[in-house]
Amino acid sequence: MDELLRDFLTETNESIDVVDVELVRFEQEPNNAQILSRIFRLVHTIKGTCGFLNLPRLEALTHAAETLIGNFRDGAPVTGESVSLILATIDRIKVLLEELERNQAEQAGDDRDLIDQLAQAAAQVAGAPPAAAPKVEEPKAAPARAAAAEAASVAAEASPANDSKPARAKAEGAARSSEEGAESRVAHQSIRVHVDTLEQLMTMVSELVLTRNQLLEIVRRHEDSEFKAPLQRLSNVTAELQEGVMKTRMQPIGNAWQKLPRIVRDLSNELGKPIELEMHGAETELDRQVLDLIKDPLTHMVRNSADHGIEEPGRRQAAGKPEKGTIRLSAWHEGGHIIIEIADDGRGLDAQKIKTTAVARGLATEAEIEKMPDAQAFKFIFSPGFSTASQITNVSGRGVGLDVVRANIDEIGGTIDVKTVPGRGTSFTIKIPLTLAIVSALIVEAAGDRFAIPQLAVVELVRVRANSEHRIERIKDAAVLRLRNKLLPLVTLKGMLKLAEVQDETVSAFIVVMQVGNQTFGVVVDAVFHTEEIVVKPMCSRLRNIALFGGNTILGDGSVIMIIDPNGLANAIGNTAAAQQAAENAREIEQRTDDASMESLLVFRAGSPQPKAVHLSLVTRLEEIDAKTIEGADGRLMVQYRGQLMPLVLVNEDVRIKEKGVQPLLVFADEGRSMGLIVDEIVDIVEERLRIELASQRPGVLGSAIVKGQATEVVDIAHYLPLAFEDWMAWGGGRSERAPVRVLLIDDAPFFRNMLAPVLKAAGYAVTSAASAKEALALFEDGARFDIVVTDLDMPGMDGFDFTAAVKKDPRTAAMPVIGLSSLASPEAIERGRKVGLHDYVAKFDRPGLIAALKEQTADVDCAA
Amino acid sequence: MSTTEHTIEYVTATIGGQLFGLPISGVQDVFLPERLTRVPLAAPEFAGMLNLRGRIVTAVDMRLRLGLAPAEVGKARMAIGIESKGESYGLLIDAVGEVIRLPVGGLESNPVNLDARLARVSAGVHRLDGNLLVVLDVDRVLDIGAHAEAA
Repeated sequence: MDELLRDFLTETNESIDVVDVELVRFEQEPNNAQILSRIFRLVHTIKGTCGFLNLPRLEALTHAAETLIGNFRDGAPVTGESVSLILATIDRIKVLLEELERNQAEQAGDDRDLIDQLAQAAAQVAGAPPAAAPKVEEPKAAPARAAAAEAASVAAEASPANDSKPARAKAEGAARSSEEGAESRVAHQSIRVHVDTLEQLMTMVSELVLTRNQLLEIVRRHEDSEFKAPLQRLSNVTAELQEGVMKTRMQPIGNAWQKLPRIVRDLSNELGKPIELEMHGAETELDRQVLDLIKDPLTHMVRNSADHGIEEPGRRQAAGKPEKGTIRLSAWHEGGHIIIEIADDGRGLDAQKIKTTAVARGLATEAEIEKMPDAQAFKFIFSPGFSTASQITNVSGRGVGLDVVRANIDEIGGTIDVKTVPGRGTSFTIKIPLTLAIVSALIVEAAGDRFAIPQLAVVELVRVRANSEHRIERIKDAAVLRLRNKLLPLVTLKGMLKLAEVQDETVSAFIVVMQVGNQTFGVVVDAVFHTEEIVVKPMCSRLRNIALFGGNTILGDGSVIMIIDPNGLANAIGNTAAAQQAAENAREIEQRTDDASMESLLVFRAGSPQPKAVHLSLVTRLEEIDAKTIEGADGRLMVQYRGQLMPLVLVNEDVRIKEKGVQPLLVFADEGRSMGLIVDEIVDIVEERLRIELASQRPGVLGSAIVKGQATEVVDIAHYLPLAFEDWMAWGGGRSERAPVRVLLIDDAPFFRNMLAPVLKAAGYAVTSAASAKEALALFEDGARFDIVVTDLDMPGMDGFDFTAAVKKDPRTAAMPVIGLSSLASPEAIERGRKVGLHDYVAKFDRPGLIAALKEQTADVDCAA
Repeated sequence: MSTTEHTIEYVTATIGGQLFGLPISGVQDVFLPERLTRVPLAAPEFAGMLNLRGRIVTAVDMRLRLGLAPAEVGKARMAIGIESKGESYGLLIDAVGEVIRLPVGGLESNPVNLDARLARVSAGVHRLDGNLLVVLDVDRVLDIGAHAEAA
């Protein structure tokens, strides 16, 4: 049977039992307000729930009865007739409920007879003309009448109740005795237990689990103990008991969703957006304590989706989406957790708007925001008072909400994550433990003490050794973990807990990788022991101010340990990271003059101990191939790579091709062609402010720069491309036959000029470089003519915007398209670019994008020429 | 009956040579504190947590609470178990004394010359033969946060 229906029946049957007793007294004291209000409550509750369960007959009937009883309750005199009527109605309700229990669905039928009488009585009592009767709504009346025969039988069953009082009482008695056996099988299958009783039971079981753990620990030390077997039994029974008690606390999450369809329906009307609410996994069970805590946040998030997420129907149509928005609520179990997802197919989060608001609210500086990945910026929506809603609606946008949601979820040790696709929708994923009383935790050691880290927040464990693939690196003074090409901020647990001075532990360490919300970080610990089911005890109230601890527990060996609060830890790290960021920004401002921003460089060795570097964005892949697969043909080196022959080029003559083992390669690919650059060793990927200090005359080398404190040769990839493909230069989409399009490339950074010029040349353009806007304008003055200009936008002195404006002002150059290159692509910047007349806007490392833009813009040039 | 109306029993303890008393009604037990787990980031007065027969007890170092020098390392100490707002605390003391019965009327308010560190946690004093018994006010003893932050 449907869970909701069963609960409804259980509850209603209970109430009816109570009211049954009262009914007898009601006949004698028709004006007893207490009895009246009890009957009113019953009828009211049934009415309220019927709408939910789609029980139109019960709903119509109780609605009519409620009106009448409501009048009495408001002081209208109670007449004998109306008492009979109410009693008859109660009886009819019982009949309907019995049917419902038998068939799990409402039988077709009609209660018009009673409803009309009730309406009439209500109208009389209220002193209004009986004409008010038709007002009583009964939407299902027409189809219901079709089943007239059914209705007649129901009426017949209910008829004794319409008789005089003594007769009714007799009928009541008879009915009760005959019903006794069949009556409410459901009602008697479940009993109500006070929540406190269950709580206490849970506490006792928790204690039992602890004691069991202690005993197991003791027996573990005495291998041949005679206690072993009975203890094993005790252990099993305890586990089952724990499970059983947990079950009594379990409720389907659907209980927390009950009100949502109604809320969505109301919101849908209020906001003028048709919205459908889909619910999946309502039967997923979780601890009622957790359920209670999650109820309000869920309601809020659904409101939020309806208000912020789903667009107006007009907009949806314009975007090619169905007019009706959908909010999908799903829940499922995963490990010891329950995952709840609230997804809408609305507009998605506006990263830019969130970033702008974050800056306006002082949550981050412009500089921080600029570098911040969108996923991280989305976290701001959980900040107190954060709302990007430009209009404050009745529903949301008042800036209360997601922060409260977050706080509630934090409180139960859960996490919330947001994912969004612009124009396609947003989904919030809430991960919460099934229960709060017992959690699975990882036991770790820091500075000689043990601590428990809730497993929920632990993503993985990483062992770092001198030459393992994962390494601890330092970016400035901050330690980071490079894990699968992702940099994770790293903290030591003892450092966070101020247990010891932290030494440089870059050689070997245990790292617990934790994720809290969108924040991922590594925690260095001294040792990792095992996972244990721990009973969470609240922290002593006088120590609750320590945000890093979420409680404490007694381990199997009897010792007390602290439980780390992942949220507290994440916040603490967030603060220090923010502090680092701030310091970095300050340094950055100092260094603004030489414009070098952080760049990812691939450091490798080839032919000499001195490291070499190449811009990581130029490298397509890093490969290690079996040296034996390298073939020589026609004086050239080749390897079969991804089903094609790929030419291989040596960085210089000193590079030794390995005869056996693994040969590292840097693979460069462009428009379907690949080449491999043979190197001796791939050293690292580093973030560095690249400043080429010594330009080089040697082919293949752009110059030298200091990378990680070491003089490093920066390699010019453009030099090697023609070595692999003789026709690489000429290969420019057939352009070479025509007079090449003349491109003026302006960038103040020699690195970019040196990087882009070969790329553009390779694509068949004639490239002239200029190091500043002034230099470019001087070229124009000298009479040099170009078909198109590619300019960096952020330059000292005259920047790209001013330069473009100047170009557009001069009639000699006004027709020439200008493409802007920038690493910052804020809407403001794009808007500014459009105003001054930029034709296109390309991100600095987007080479295919630049080529495409050039092709597009010069297509006009070709036509004009 | 009449005796209890006029007298009160105290569990006595010495901390740094000073005699203290705690009304026996508020004392849960007296125990030997073992296997203390320190609480990082907590005020130094919080000596740690311990497991007392399945209960987690927060231990407060009374020497530090009174602004005295820390106890010598390795010196055996005792703890008086008390309860406050449903939570268990253990007050670490140098030594526990006998239980004495004193007349209620003998409780005086803090003398003006009482050491400020004592006055801070005192609920009054009893004058004994050549000795002063400071009655500990448990709430004030446990009100550690405020002072820790100031320190």
